[in-house]
Amino acid sequence: MSAAAGTIAGPRVTLRDPAARTRATALVVALAVLWPLLWLAEFKPWHLFDSGNLQVMASFLAGFLPPATAPEFLALLWKATLETLAIATAGIALAFVIAVPLAVVATRALSVSRIGPGPGRGVGAAVRTATRGLLTVLRAIPEVVWALVFVRALGLGPGAGVLALAVTYGGMLGKVYTEILESGDTRSARALLEAGSPRLGALFYALVPSTAQELASYTVYRWECAVRASVVMGFVGAGGLGQLMDQSMKMLNGGEASSILLTFLGLVIVADAMSALIRRVLS
Amino acid sequence: MSAIDTAASPAPTRLPPCWGCMALALAVVAAIVWSFAYLAVDYRQLFGRESMRLMAKFIGEFFPPDLTTTFVAKAAWGALQTFAVAAIGTALAVVFGAAIALPAAGRFGVAPRLAARLLLNFLRSVPELVWAALMVIAAGLGPFAGTLALALHTTGVLGRLYAESLENIPPAPERALREGGSGRIAAFAYATLPLVAAQGVAYALYRLEMNIRMAAVLGFVGAGGLGQLLYFHLSIFQQAQASTLLIAMFVLVFAVDSLSAFVRGRLLPAHG
Amino acid sequence: MTGLFLEGAGLVHPNGQRALRNVSLSVDSGERVGVIGPSGAGKTTLVRLLGTSLRPSEGQLFIGDTDPWHAGAGALRQLRARIGVIHQSPPIPPRLRVVTAVLAGRLGAWPAWKALASLVVPDDAAGAREALERLDLGDRVFDRCDRLSGGQLQRVGIARVLYQRPSFILADEPVSALDPALADLSVGALVAESEGRGATLLASLHAVDLALKWFPRLIGMKAGEIVFDRPTAAVTTAMLHDLYATEGRALPQQGLDVLPDERPANVVLLKRPGCQ
Repeated sequence: MSAAAGTIAGPRVTLRDPAARTRATALVVALAVLWPLLWLAEFKPWHLFDSGNLQVMASFLAGFLPPATAPEFLALLWKATLETLAIATAGIALAFVIAVPLAVVATRALSVSRIGPGPGRGVGAAVRTATRGLLTVLRAIPEVVWALVFVRALGLGPGAGVLALAVTYGGMLGKVYTEILESGDTRSARALLEAGSPRLGALFYALVPSTAQELASYTVYRWECAVRASVVMGFVGAGGLGQLMDQSMKMLNGGEASSILLTFLGLVIVADAMSALIRRVLS
Repeated sequence: MSAIDTAASPAPTRLPPCWGCMALALAVVAAIVWSFAYLAVDYRQLFGRESMRLMAKFIGEFFPPDLTTTFVAKAAWGALQTFAVAAIGTALAVVFGAAIALPAAGRFGVAPRLAARLLLNFLRSVPELVWAALMVIAAGLGPFAGTLALALHTTGVLGRLYAESLENIPPAPERALREGGSGRIAAFAYATLPLVAAQGVAYALYRLEMNIRMAAVLGFVGAGGLGQLLYFHLSIFQQAQASTLLIAMFVLVFAVDSLSAFVRGRLLPAHG
Repeated sequence: MTGLFLEGAGLVHPNGQRALRNVSLSVDSGERVGVIGPSGAGKTTLVRLLGTSLRPSEGQLFIGDTDPWHAGAGALRQLRARIGVIHQSPPIPPRLRVVTAVLAGRLGAWPAWKALASLVVPDDAAGAREALERLDLGDRVFDRCDRLSGGQLQRVGIARVLYQRPSFILADEPVSALDPALADLSVGALVAESEGRGATLLASLHAVDLALKWFPRLIGMKAGEIVFDRPTAAVTTAMLHDLYATEGRALPQQGLDVLPDERPANVVLLKRPGCQ
């Protein structure tokens, strides 16, 4: 750029890198934030190697093998597995029932007042925003937290897990259903609405035919997640494999814990495979 | 097409019904019915007058939430601790996940690839809560156990995502640098890393959003933060305090989600 | 005022582009009007305006005595059920069967349970078939829409409106994908429907010869404005050439084989293939 570009000699001109300043600042900020975070999180990796802790951990891990295989325990394990599956399926079913009406209300593709815009557009937009807000609120709190609350309200057992799944996954399904519907054949839906069709008519004659496969595929994927979530919720008392494992670990019974862990991994693989199979059949 | 002559056209045949679809629908309905039956929840008792009254009373005690300065400060402290656990856990996972992703993408041969993939699968299959329960035994109660649990699980998740990214990028730029004489690490850093870095940070931020929720939950098994406080106060039936903690959880999740969306928007303008 | 009425109507798109300017027309109930003009003249916008899909930025609009944009939601919906719009590109989901696509025309009149039941077992397959046969498509009634060609799909869109039996039929280039014989057949079916039930018909057409043949009144549009609005007999070749800016060249046409004694009095038809 300088006029002396073609010449050889001359003093060296250092070029300032415009990004240098921002990068240096970012680094300083990151380090400044990192220190208090490490302190807050009580990050002391050397504790892992405390002799006391190591001993407890070692004896617990040693108890992992062999995994418990006593017949009464296996029967318990089988029942818990079925219970986990039942919680997941029932939870998703209820979540579906909650999600569908909310998604139909929240989606812009089924809004008659948006055409024009016509009468009732203010109310329509407000209702849609409120419904989307409701879906966000339902999703914001993790299902385990809901499970804890429901366990306190309803007592230990699978009912708490089913309700917790229904609430949280209802929000998740509702949000994704809304997005899928809006990516469907909205032109056909609008044409039907302009011909005086009720919203459900436009939904089933235009939106659903073009999006049924995607809707079903996502629902099956969520069922798979629900199986994992059911195990996790069991830790707070919502039944199934999780509750069993929580009890075993509280008694430091490594053998039972490893049996349950193996069963859980097997269940996840089976659920994974079933989900992939169903999604392939749908397409 | 010939001219209009309705009398001559044959009766149109109906499409055969989709037996597969109907069988599938029937199976799904049967599974749902079985689930409700197996759980044998006593609905009459659940929705009976007495239990509804108790439920209403229980929910009523959540309002108003405890908004005294001392408790709000306690909740804020818990929220910060939860954020710290999630942030450090995710940061550790980025480092270790990236490290394991290299062999998992096949850069050191077939056997390391299989071993790395197996390790990553194991790490991600075990839920965070189970890891946390295990880590509490290893490292004692407190947020450190939560950080370790998140780091372990998220390493599996991010490691797999990073490995897939690495396998999908074109090898030509890196090969060109190697053939020009640069070392393996330098070639990787200058050719491949810039291609995957933005997406890698986006994945990490997305996981951070999920980990915030998980970090709160890990407290249930004693890993500190909002979760431990929530578990404690709910065990002694202090709903008002629990309500404040839930609000704090919601605010924290919302804040991190917005921040993450903002940073992701700046990083990947095309994705919006 | 039981037909279509526009007074000083105009439309500006949200992006600032003006599509219609100072459009005034009055169509009596049961009348048949053809709208012609070059591409971009605003024919589609006019049809959408009359079909209550777009709201006029200025001016007045009345459809059968009702001002659609100042009526309540219920009245608007009832009015829309009486308007049948045929789109140039039929808004039909590909996976739907032809019978369901046609029956969807009466969704505005059916109760919810009937609509849902008809999805599984078509309620009036014979009625759908009858509408399709008027367009020579009766044998495809149970096929899936994605197995049809563009021209066949366009005819399904027309059949849907026929099945709807509306009081107002508005068509936006309904036969653009059809060959001359089928185009002639389809426009004829629309005209027959209008004559038979006294429905008002307004159709925008790209092919001038079709418009001249079937419609007793023509509206010419250019650059968002109405250039002429006359009985067909009073439309001269010079006016048509002015409209399309085709001095000495061919007017757009479907290539109809129109017999000399059916030709309107003082218009010359050129029998070279049309320009689409």
